[in-house]
Amino acid sequence: MKYAFYPGCVARGGTPELLVSANAVLDRLGIEREEIVSASCTGAGVLQERNQKLGDTLNVRTFALAEKMGAPIMTLCSTCQGVMSQANRRVLKDPEYLTEINEVLAEEGLEYKGTTVIKHLLWVLVEEIGIEALQKTFTKELSGLNFAPFYGCYIVRPSDALGFDEHPERQTSLETVIESTGATAVENDGKTKCCGLPILLINQSNAIQMVSNHTGEAKDLGADAMVTPCPLCHLNLDGYQPKAAKRRPSGKIDLPILHLPQMLGLAMGMQPKELGLQRHIISTKEVVAKAIAAPAVAVS
Amino acid sequence: MQQTLRVNRYDPENPGAAGYQEYTVEVTDTTTILDALLTVREEMDGTLSMRCSCRASICGSCAMRVNGQAKLVCKTRVNSVSPDGATITIDPAGNLPVIKDLVVEFKPFWDKMKAIKPYLLPEGTVPKAEYIASDEDMVHLVGVVNCIQCGACVSDCSVLEVDDSFLGPAALAKAYRFVKDPRDGHQKDRLDALNESSGVWDCTRCMQCVEVCPKDVDPMGRIMLMRDMAMESGFNNTSGSRHTESFAKSVKKNGRLNETKLAVDSMGMFNVPAMLDSAPVGIRAMMKGKFPWKAHKSSEPDKVKRVFEKVEGE
Repeated sequence: MKYAFYPGCVARGGTPELLVSANAVLDRLGIEREEIVSASCTGAGVLQERNQKLGDTLNVRTFALAEKMGAPIMTLCSTCQGVMSQANRRVLKDPEYLTEINEVLAEEGLEYKGTTVIKHLLWVLVEEIGIEALQKTFTKELSGLNFAPFYGCYIVRPSDALGFDEHPERQTSLETVIESTGATAVENDGKTKCCGLPILLINQSNAIQMVSNHTGEAKDLGADAMVTPCPLCHLNLDGYQPKAAKRRPSGKIDLPILHLPQMLGLAMGMQPKELGLQRHIISTKEVVAKAIAAPAVAVS
Repeated sequence: MQQTLRVNRYDPENPGAAGYQEYTVEVTDTTTILDALLTVREEMDGTLSMRCSCRASICGSCAMRVNGQAKLVCKTRVNSVSPDGATITIDPAGNLPVIKDLVVEFKPFWDKMKAIKPYLLPEGTVPKAEYIASDEDMVHLVGVVNCIQCGACVSDCSVLEVDDSFLGPAALAKAYRFVKDPRDGHQKDRLDALNESSGVWDCTRCMQCVEVCPKDVDPMGRIMLMRDMAMESGFNNTSGSRHTESFAKSVKKNGRLNETKLAVDSMGMFNVPAMLDSAPVGIRAMMKGKFPWKAHKSSEPDKVKRVFEKVEGE
């Protein structure tokens, strides 16, 4: 299947290593994709607080562009997933609202009929590629590594916008993918909580306390790294961890925060540089060394 | 069938014995978690403390955490939480001090309710009879009036977990109810107060409150509307409002977000202490090749800009 690719702003901005590693992994998986180059930012919930219809119109424009390409949208960002899912639900529930939005889009010859499916890479892996096919691309058995899942709010809430009724497997999809590599998913309280990024520029102290709580907890539970499908969580959990560490009794945390495709790339035996693992604020050296030293997948 | 409940116990007279205790009870398809807990209390262990009253999700007494998430237990069936019969963990509501077992202290909750002045403050001449409000003005408040003050949203609020000074979702939803009431004469003063720290801008938009509210009050949605109203009323000198404005400007210009500019704009161009404080983080990020100087763009930024102009011009 071909996907209408929507990497999201942060994969091109604050976390360029996400796009690099995702492309490497998607190529290895043989996933055909075409970027929706004219798409805009989803608004990330921020634009929506100023003008919800504006946010919805921008997202519907993206859905219409994908519909025209005849392909489902694949995103790399939990926040993009959630904001797009919510916008899609609103317009599908209210045909008059959709008509109003389509009137705005008519000027550039676009019309959204309501058929676009929006899936984060995480869901694509579990629902479409399938764990078995995914595992066939792995050359390393990451047993002995402990990864703490961290979802990001928008890919878990509000649950009724995210199709959890039809797809209950989505609620544990990150643990499923982590365990498919042979690694252990470290159950942690913070995994579906807020990373703090949305208030980083508004109430930095609270945002940093959230980083401290979540990364500190995962570290205490023995995690080698945290794995997230959300680049916004990554920005805060990685970038602000040195500050957050000062709030721990020991004064340090040093928990690398991996993007989901980086973990997959390690299981696929890719080189750290191919995955942009040198671009993190918290060094990934130790976890990378462990992954490189991991045994090869036994050929059955 | 049988269902095991793992209940978090705490007795202030014997704090050393705090911990989880398991009880196994007989349940059917229609048994609620509250029914199961009442069976425990009445037939197995009379020392178990909890609050409950109406058993019909009206009184708002029985909010507690079920498998880590706040729920009104009278509204929650056992088999909806554990269709396969796996043990269910019951904890008291979060973010409020525990008095005993599943009973929490609501004083901080009520203090915040009081802080937002939960009563009408009319202005001008007092009408001879009642204050008249149109249906149209009131109907959208029904969703907030439905709040039963159970505290589920407060229990699971991400911000309260790290900062107990935050007004929190329940009090802020209540504030919206008065800010938007056409009979109230102090909308601007209310928004001014809510614009202060611990108010509307401290919400992280994590949607925990939206998810757990048993009455679909949508506290976060109300908070977002009040942010917009505060900006519209001219309260623009907060990092929160600058953040929103800068975000919108960036997307309008390039079709995409420019994170570096967002950070600088939100702090305020001349906020030297904040800049210096963030400089190490910025420098570290630059050294690692993050945050490109050049903003990335949509291939057709003019078309995105046109959507802004059309929708905002409406």
